This record gives sequence, structure tokens and C-alpha cells, in this order.
Amino acid sequence: MAKVFPFSAIVGQDDMRLALMMAAVDPSIGGVLVFGDRGTGKTTAVRGLAALLPPMRVVAGCRYGCDPATPDAWCDTCRSRNAAQPAKHAMAPVPVVDLPLGATEDRVAGALDLEQALTKGVKVFEPGLLARAHRGFLYIDEVNLLEDHLVDLLLDVAASGENVVEREGLSVRHPARFVLVGSGNPEEGELRPQLLDRFGVSVEVTTPADLPTRVEVVRRRDAFERDPAAFIDKWKRQDAKLRKQVELGRTRLAAVAVPDAALARAAQLCMSLGTDGLRGELTLVRAARALASLEADSTVGDTHLRRVAPMALRHRLRRDPLDESGSTARIERALEVVFAP
Amino acid sequence: MSEAATHAKAAIPDPAACWSDALHAAAVFAVDPAGLRGIAMRAQAGPVRERWVAALRACLPTHTAVQRIPAGVTEDRLLGGLDVVATLAARRPVVESGLLAASDGGVAVLAMGERVTATAAAHLAAALDTGEVVLERDGFSRVMPARFGLVLLDEGDGDDERPPAALQDRLAFHLDLRALSLRDASDAADVRAQVIAARARLREVRTDDALVDALCAAAAALGIGSLRAPLLALRAAQAAAALAGRVCTAEDDAAWAARLVLAPRATRLPQPAESPPPPSPPPPEERDDPRQDGGPSTAERSLEDRVLEAAQAALPYDVLSTLLQQGRTPPRAHTGGRVGAARVEATRGRPMGVRRGDLRSGARLHLLATLRAAAPWQPWRALDRAGGEPGALPRLQIRRDDFRLTRYRRRTQTTTIFVVDASGSSALHRLAEAKGAVQLLLAECYVRRDSVALLAFRGTGAELLLPPTRSLVRAKRCLADLPGGGGTPLAAGIDAAVTLADALRRRGQAPLIALFTDGRANIGRDGVGGRDNAERDALAAAAAARAAQLTILLVDTSVKPQERSQRLAHAMGARYLALPQAGSVEISQAVRRSSP
Repeated sequence: MAKVFPFSAIVGQDDMRLALMMAAVDPSIGGVLVFGDRGTGKTTAVRGLAALLPPMRVVAGCRYGCDPATPDAWCDTCRSRNAAQPAKHAMAPVPVVDLPLGATEDRVAGALDLEQALTKGVKVFEPGLLARAHRGFLYIDEVNLLEDHLVDLLLDVAASGENVVEREGLSVRHPARFVLVGSGNPEEGELRPQLLDRFGVSVEVTTPADLPTRVEVVRRRDAFERDPAAFIDKWKRQDAKLRKQVELGRTRLAAVAVPDAALARAAQLCMSLGTDGLRGELTLVRAARALASLEADSTVGDTHLRRVAPMALRHRLRRDPLDESGSTARIERALEVVFAP
Repeated sequence: MSEAATHAKAAIPDPAACWSDALHAAAVFAVDPAGLRGIAMRAQAGPVRERWVAALRACLPTHTAVQRIPAGVTEDRLLGGLDVVATLAARRPVVESGLLAASDGGVAVLAMGERVTATAAAHLAAALDTGEVVLERDGFSRVMPARFGLVLLDEGDGDDERPPAALQDRLAFHLDLRALSLRDASDAADVRAQVIAARARLREVRTDDALVDALCAAAAALGIGSLRAPLLALRAAQAAAALAGRVCTAEDDAAWAARLVLAPRATRLPQPAESPPPPSPPPPEERDDPRQDGGPSTAERSLEDRVLEAAQAALPYDVLSTLLQQGRTPPRAHTGGRVGAARVEATRGRPMGVRRGDLRSGARLHLLATLRAAAPWQPWRALDRAGGEPGALPRLQIRRDDFRLTRYRRRTQTTTIFVVDASGSSALHRLAEAKGAVQLLLAECYVRRDSVALLAFRGTGAELLLPPTRSLVRAKRCLADLPGGGGTPLAAGIDAAVTLADALRRRGQAPLIALFTDGRANIGRDGVGGRDNAERDALAAAAAARAAQLTILLVDTSVKPQERSQRLAHAMGARYLALPQAGSVEISQAVRRSSP
């Protein structure tokens, strides 16, 4: 495994870091899309995220990593094996799975194990990337270059939370709930609207423009590449701090109150922007709650909503033919109006 | 732009210097191929390039893998996958490693880099970034090391054909040997021993923080957005220092790196002109530099200046064309994709790959891929069915899971919509020239099998004189008959063009608007005269055109370039071209550049 640049050592890019941490606190936010210039550390951030995730409890011996706390969502094996007595627990790291470009469908969804079939003559299901990403993150770099048929497959699984494979007379279904993280460069093509909508929050990253920041980025990168082990060691404590923050954020999340006033604000904002459907409103509230939890606030307030509104709504706006300004500017304007004192 | 042009005349590239830079770059690259990521070599295929590649090989330690990658490389060759023949022979799955993994520890040479597909480029970029190939194909899940440097041979001639930016951005050196003849390409000295020694030394090379600052500042002053550039320049400086036998990066190394790594990426000339400006502080980012008025600042400043100067010396020859192009492109990035972008289709077009699928809905079976998919399973399927009568078994068992369909990509058709201002204000003296430009373009559209449409606006409204057609004769006749005179309902003209473009886009075509106007309007959308009203309407129509994200070229037909038309072009996110400085030939070139 290649050495990974520590998440805490990333300079700037606050939106991107916040979005990923919010998704780690509350996976139901529903995915993060990172769009922006080349060489801004999109991929670095996602790879570094894995180190911030506290380990999760799994059913011992389950190849899909089922959650012992939710027997309803178990895979078939867990169900039949653990029907009688309570399941044994084990700890496992939260998976952050790469979906590399050029992955074939059989590896994404899973297929028959060719080796077992050829050498032993038995039908065995070989789980794919979707199974591996269950309860974790599925990362797609260059998401706009993803093949259409794979996009369809992902949308289908993400909507149902379940992956169904029928091959060679074998029928397997297993749970597959994951947070989709996509990154890409808008110059290389746009995303299909259906896929765009699947992402809860979307952040735009740009290259830092001021010289001191740029110098710092180059210095840290250079230090990392000269001696990765020492660099990671140096940032270990910072990473641990963030990890603690995520961990606390998760435990606090359920206790964070969302007052009616905040819900009303969110609804008002979405209405004034004319976003389609309720997904935007829901994501906005969830993201604000995750933020409040990360910041150890007990109630969702206006500051939280304001902070997350651009990333939760940016990609859901309908294009207005008479308004040439970007969606971010439109959200800013709506925020000014809705949150006017 | 004129300033840049004079600058360009001053610096005629010296072939000998150019060649020795290229040789030195090859040697430096050989010191740290994986760290420097690679070299983009722009040159025609021929003896000069051959000689350079041979020189590069001579720099690399013996037994270094030099892997050639063809431009049309398929995904399975690049990444690897199931080796069907070996699998059948061994009766167990055998993985075949791809070209990326085969390049590990060495150098990959990508031929005809300007033609490489976006997908192949993305794979190469991912391997360069991570130093490994992640294989998730054909039932295999592997991570293989792939640390290599990429030599991207770019034979593109014009600006239309460039290698993908995502790939170029990652490579340290951008060299251009197009202007060199074999006479200039002298023999290279043997530096292999130095390279090997430098590789051992590279880890110990230290760089002063001031030099890092200087490289970052130079990159910023040259308008280079990507942060990879200063980082690559830093690594190049370190490798150059190691090659020279130093353990501390010297200023010369940084200056050299700035010249070879930063200068070719420049998007603007640094603010201070060449006229000696010692006291006047140059680039804008200096403002927030806290050390500016401190004591040691002068020394550091001059260091930054010297690094920048080195880059600047290499500037004009290479950068002028980029600068000119960027001056014309609108500030807003077109996110709508390129005109004539390829669309994935089920049944027609150029084959671009295979996918698993059902044979319904008129898809085409890819026989070879289907057989390939079925082959490894044959022994097992024979076993599986052995319960039945052996005689009835077919020799080859193909099941539904094996079906592989061909995927096609069809290039969308481009339709150029000519919108001509035929009103009294512009018509009389400029209409003839506009007509000439349109005619030139028509011939070109005919060659490319594009269609054209002709819209004219005069009097109180716009009129579609020629619906989209490929008939050159009709278009010519229509154009010749185009009458002039009357008011200028500019807004109506733009509106009509946008409506037509939108309809074309919905039909799956790629519209391109060429608007010929002097930007002066005197008839509003309601057909009523009045300059203010009309110009407000025109700007509103322009904003709508911009929101529709259309590719537009605005040709200013007024006698002198008008600020008014420039404003209009800006409002609609169009490229601006003034007719006086551009004859018909320039216009047709400009349109060609906006289309694929």
C-alpha cells in the first residue's frame, strides 16, 4: 500500500475537508462531490480520509461487514448463521474503497470466482467493490469519465442499498450501503444530472491564489515525498485530533436538536431558490446537524445553515436562462435575503 | 498583445541552446523519472526526435525498462487483465500484467500523445500520481507497482491537436524540438555514470527555503494556476543539483528549472516589462508579502527576480501562441464540453469498447469479446453439464452472461449558424467582406460535412434565410441574394440564433454561432426604434445566449474595433474578432479553432 498524505496536513481547502468530515459523521448526508482544478489535492484528501475514521463493529466472519446492531439489514449468511444465538462482534476499519477507472462490471458488482470454478468445479460468489464498500466510502476519481453502464449500476445500488447479482445460475443479494465520493475536473465533461443528484453535498475546489499558501503546499508536499514515514509521523497527532472530533461528532449527532425555526429557514431558503424536490432541504438540514455536532453545538442554528447551504444546494439549482451568475452567487444572494435581520 | 508580439520578435530560439536544453532535461529526467513524472516532447517524428530518444536511453542505467505505449492503446492492454490463453492452458486464472505495470521502475514512451484518449490519459495520470496500478478487472483485484516516468511524444502541429491537459500538467518538462534540423542535433556526451551517481545522491539534496519561495513566486508571476508546476520545478532543480554533483540546490539549478518547467506553462507575461525596473515591485502577489519592507528582503527579492528572469528568457518563443489564444477565449470556462463532442451511442459510430449486456434493443454483439469471455469457463461448464448425455453437449457453451456488446461513439454533427447583420448601418461597406468570410467557411464546412444555416437581421426582425443544410450551392446562392439596408434589430437576431441553436442541440447536434455585427442596435425586441432601448435588449439577449452556454464567435464588422461590440461579446461569452485586422482567412481560422 502506498503511503498516504495525512488529511490534517492539507493546506486550505476548508470546504472540501469539512464536507468529507460531515459525511464521516453522518453518512445519510449522501455522498460528496468534489469538482475543481487540476492539482488541488482532491484525491489526496479522500485517500487521507481513511485514517480519520474510527473503526466500526462488525459481525465476526461476515464477508460484507454487517452491522451487529441492525439485524434487519444483514446479509443472508449472517441471517441464517446467527438466527439462533446473538452474533459475535469484531472490530474492523471503515472501508474506503477506490473504484478505479477501467474497472469492469464483474469486479464492481461481484461475480463467480473463476479460480474456484476452474480448479475445484464449484460455484462461489466473489464479492465485488460494492460489497467491500458496504458501510464505508466508495471513491470514484474522475467520476465524469465513468462508463455509463457502471453509472447505471451504481445509481441502482445506491438507491436500493442492495446489490443483486445473477450469474451462471447463481443468485446473490447482499446489502451495499456506502457513501459515494466523486471527484473530477469540470473541463473533462459534465456529470449526468441523475448522478449529480445522488451526491448530498458538492464542493468546488480551486487552486490557492495567495503566495504564502502556495509556498506552504509545495513545501509540505516536497517534505512528504522525500520522507513519507517521517512526515506522517509528524502529523500523526493532528490526524488523531481530527479523528477524535469525528468520533465525538458521531456520538453527539443524535442529541443535536433541530428546532422548528431552523427547519423553517431551510424550507424558506430552498423555496426561494426553487430547488427541485425535497432532497435538497433534507440534505441541508442533515448537513447543518452534522456541522453542529462536529463543532460541539447542541442546537442547529443559522450559522450552521449558512455555512453548509452552498455545498448542499449548489448542484441542485435549475439553470436560469436570464441569470448569468454562477449557482454559488445565487445561493449567496438568497442567503442574504432569507437571513436578513 | 502587441507588446507580446514585439517581445516575440526579440527572441528567436537558438537551435543549439534548444538542443542542449533538451539533452540536459533528458539527463535530469533520467536521475528521477518517477519524481519528475515525465517529459512532453513536441516534435515531428523524424531523425531529430529519434536522436533525442536515443540520447535519453543512453542516460538511463542499463536494463532500465523502456516501454512503448501506442496511442490507440486499449484499456485491457494498459491495465492488464485475464490472460485467456494462459488461463486455458493452466486451468486456473492467470493474470496478464498491462503496460503500466510493465513500465515500473523505468520509462514509458507514449507515441502520438496528441491522439491519446481521455480514458487512457486518465489511467496514465492515475499511475503517475500514485505510483501503482489498481486492477479491478475480469475477476482480478490487484495492486501492482507502477513507478515510472512518461515520455509523451507529441506530434501535433497546430493548436487543435494537443495532448490532454490532465496529462501534460503532470509532466515536468515541456520541450519543443519542432524548429530543429538534424544539423543542430549534435551528439550527446555520455552521462550515464553521472546519472547513476546522482540517483544515489538525490535523497540527500537539500534546498534552501528561499529557493522554494522563489520558484513559487515565479510560477505565480507567470500566471500558472496549478500547484504541480512549482513542485515539479523544485524537483527538477534538485535532480539537476544532484546531477551536477551538489548536495545543495544552487540558484542556477532553480533558474534552469524555472526556464524549462515554468516558462512553457506561462499563461501571461510577468507584469514588469523588460525595461529595467529595479525599484518598482513587480508581480501583484508581492503586496501581501510581509517581508517586503524588511532588511533581508532585497536579497530575496532579487533572487526571486533572477529565477523569474530565467523563466522569462525562455518565454516569448513558446508562449506567444498560447497568449494569443487565451486573449480570445472568453474568461468563463465552457463547461458544456467541446463542440462536436463525442456522444455514446448504441448502434452507430466508431467502436470504442465492449460491455456486458443483453442482446435486446438492437445492440451489436462483439463476437470475439464474447468468445473470449466464454473461453475460460468452458472446462467448468463441461463439468457442470456432465450429468446429461455427453453426446448432446455442444463443443462450445455460450451463455447469456458471456454476451459482449460493442459500444459506439459517434461524433456529433456541428452546425454553424451564420448570423449576419444586413442592416443599413453595417451593410453597405462591410457586408461584402462578411459575405466573403462566410463563403470561405462554407467551403470548409462542406469539407468537414458540417451543416450550415444562415440568419440575417434587418428592418424589424430576423429571418432564417437558410435552414440547416449541407448544400453548398444553396447556401452560396442565398448569400449572394442577401439584401442590405434598414434598421438593426440586434436583439431579434441574437434571439433567433439562440432559439435555433437550442433546437439543434436538442436534436443532438453541436451548434456554433458566428455573429457578424458592428454591435450597434437601433431596433428593440418589440420592433420599435430607439438606440438605448435596443441596446439594452441586445445585452439581455446576449446574457440569455451566455446562459445557454453556446459557443459563439462575434466578428466585429465595424471599421474600427468597437468597445461596444467587445462588451457584447463579453456579455454573451463569445470569442471576439475584429474584421479590420482579420481578413476572411483569419475569420475562417478562428471558427475552425472554436470547433473540433
